[in-house]
Amino acid sequence: MSASDVRIGWVSETAATLELRGDTTLENQRRIWMMAGELRARPHVREVVPGMNNLSVELDPAAPDLESLPQQLRECWLRSVPATPPTRQVEITVEYGGTAGPDLDAVARHSGLSPAEVVRRHCAGHYTVYFLGFLPGFAYLGGLDPCLATPRRSEPRFAVPAGSVAIGGEQTGVYPWTSPGGWQLIGRTSMRLFDAAAASPSLLLPGDTVRFIDAGGRA
Amino acid sequence: MLKPAVQTTVQDLGRRGSRHLGVGRCGAMDPAALMIGNALVGNAVDAAALELCLPPASIRFDVECLMALSGAQCRARLDGAAIDTGRSVLAKAGAQLELSAAPDGARAYLCVAGGIDVPIVMGSRSTDLQTGLGGFEGRILRRGDVLRVLPPAGNARPTVCSAPYPAAGPIRVLAGPEFDEFEPQARTAFLQSSWRVTPQSNRMGFRLAGPELRRSVRDELKSHAVFPGLIQVPPGGAPIVLMADAHATGGYPRIATVIAADQGRLAQVPPGGSVQFTLCTRAAALSAWQKLLAFVHAMRSEPDAH
Repeated sequence: MSASDVRIGWVSETAATLELRGDTTLENQRRIWMMAGELRARPHVREVVPGMNNLSVELDPAAPDLESLPQQLRECWLRSVPATPPTRQVEITVEYGGTAGPDLDAVARHSGLSPAEVVRRHCAGHYTVYFLGFLPGFAYLGGLDPCLATPRRSEPRFAVPAGSVAIGGEQTGVYPWTSPGGWQLIGRTSMRLFDAAAASPSLLLPGDTVRFIDAGGRA
Repeated sequence: MLKPAVQTTVQDLGRRGSRHLGVGRCGAMDPAALMIGNALVGNAVDAAALELCLPPASIRFDVECLMALSGAQCRARLDGAAIDTGRSVLAKAGAQLELSAAPDGARAYLCVAGGIDVPIVMGSRSTDLQTGLGGFEGRILRRGDVLRVLPPAGNARPTVCSAPYPAAGPIRVLAGPEFDEFEPQARTAFLQSSWRVTPQSNRMGFRLAGPELRRSVRDELKSHAVFPGLIQVPPGGAPIVLMADAHATGGYPRIATVIAADQGRLAQVPPGGSVQFTLCTRAAALSAWQKLLAFVHAMRSEPDAH
């Protein structure tokens, strides 16, 4: 991928975003993680936030090299190679269905599968954490079986319980906090996804591989 | 805390460096007012204070301390005597502060010498209302809450803020990455309309009412980092200005960004109030921020300012 395939622009007086044109690929996302690690180590850097096929960097307004931020992003991209992060595999134990996953039947109906088959396929997937956002510790996961893709609920819930495992469109994820949400809830985990007091507060980090384990043993 | 305002929270300048973990900045909605208030009581500019959204409120000081109100110009009485916003005064032990409705502005800051003592969570004392991180038990203050104050840094003396702030005029914005994808009449409407801040506005975002802003491009954007100040336009065409508690990532088209120096001015517009936007350059935005910092710094170094 060459320099012409990226768009770089300011998003505030101190932040710029590098966006890759075209489809999201795991290889490009790995280059973004690589860039994020490199840029975060530089002085005067306030925030380095990977997105889906993009990366944003905010510098301190007093940073001496503020004006060259777009060029820095371009050079960093051209230099980057796909990160081969120490592949951490995180297993998340899930209680599927029932009160823990009130929308499991709705996902089954939409996909034309039995609830047990939805659980089996959800547990069979190898998911990759692309980036975090929305709420502290919320991971955007790639790798959902396309058969399980189900539109968001027409009426979002006022309070989705923390630990809820859900499907929203073509994505799946775990709500780290009780919050409003419109995804279909298929199960719940008791694992803690975010601990502000921990050295590494988020259980899931970009590049991690995630597997879901059926607590009921049906997988 | 005898009677909290509708929404009283502990805030400093916010949580930095954890946005990639999905952690929002939070912090004072009007950072300039917080910095000025802190300067008035001899604190570091990023000390934690109380953000009072829409007084009335009533607070008792159990110990003597130097205090200052900044931000919204509320009517205030300390033990019955009128006090001004932008001036630090010594509150005696047992003194009672009464704030009544702000005729000008939406958020007042009560800064005390030393700063509010709550645990630092991920680098900040700010309250994150969505997750309950930071602040006083991670929540809005209630009647009867007792807050501790850190020991003051030095011998701060009563001081007066020597210049009026904030300045009047439209809110300055930078064109956003998708600005040119909006229809010409939408771009004109965005910059020439008077936008109403709707009641569905909070610390996460201000929802604005006005003409529908139509984008000529239909494609959806991939999720990307968003920052306070960013103005998103969802498909419905009504803009949302992201504020201090905004999520770390979003996906709506970005028509513009409110410059850092004016984010606090926007935060002071109450629901029902109106705002106008005007384009400015990055250079002007950076210079406005430097001017603001210089103003706060000058106040700190001149405790006897008239």
